[in-house]
Amino acid sequence: MEFAPQLYAAAMRMTHNESDAADLVQETYLRAYRGYPNFTEGTNLRAWLYRILTNTYINIYRARQRRPIETDLADVEDLYMYRRLGTIESAAMSRSAEDQLVDMIADDDVKQALDGLPETFRFPVLLADVEGFSYKEIAEMLDIPIGTVMSRLHRGRKAMHKALFDYAEARGFVGNTAVTTHDS
Amino acid sequence: MTPNPSPPDCGQTLRELELFLDGELPAEDHKHVLAHINECMECFHAFDFHAELKALIAEKCHREPMPDGLLERIERCCSPDAAASPASPPDPI
Repeated sequence: MEFAPQLYAAAMRMTHNESDAADLVQETYLRAYRGYPNFTEGTNLRAWLYRILTNTYINIYRARQRRPIETDLADVEDLYMYRRLGTIESAAMSRSAEDQLVDMIADDDVKQALDGLPETFRFPVLLADVEGFSYKEIAEMLDIPIGTVMSRLHRGRKAMHKALFDYAEARGFVGNTAVTTHDS
Repeated sequence: MTPNPSPPDCGQTLRELELFLDGELPAEDHKHVLAHINECMECFHAFDFHAELKALIAEKCHREPMPDGLLERIERCCSPDAAASPASPPDPI
């Protein structure tokens, strides 16, 4: 059961709902238990459980959704957040702006930014950035080529970083100009 | 091993940022990026910022309190008695 808390946290990012997330984790353990005789010793148990979690979600919960799966995402400039901080032009100066930005990002902002991504992009970002799986493991879990994992991760991360920057701005983060207050 | 006469420029290094931070660059390329960011403060800064951001995202999304009783529910449904009588009970997961 050692993986249950992290599976539950991932299930929350998948279903956006406590009761569905709990059911999803329970169903994952049930399938894992039944399939355990097929588990090959020496393979990664955690990756195997996440693969079952992902497949269970796709089989059960996605089928329930009435809305079509969104696959589109607005294009965001590379290194969006970083460039908005202006650090490329003035690397040494903006350290405090970066720290200020990171301090302003709350737990719920990060969850909301991730939850806001269409599923196509949310799953690769969740599995790579939150769960730390390799591209190869993610490709196997989602049954897509590694190149697709990479491009979805790239686009999903940019959109997520932009959302985080927008939340910080909405809370009054002012980016570069914050640096000048240090001089006075 | 071929020596690399011209170290990667900033543009190329920044394009490899994600692969580098994900630990997915081949060893040679990883070495070249490391050499570049050891010399170039601006690129180092970009890598450092994104490494911090990635760690922040992982940390904040891992925190999710489990509902009361979920562990017990799982234990009940996955116990040898409850499962569809496997020949020999598998090891607990």
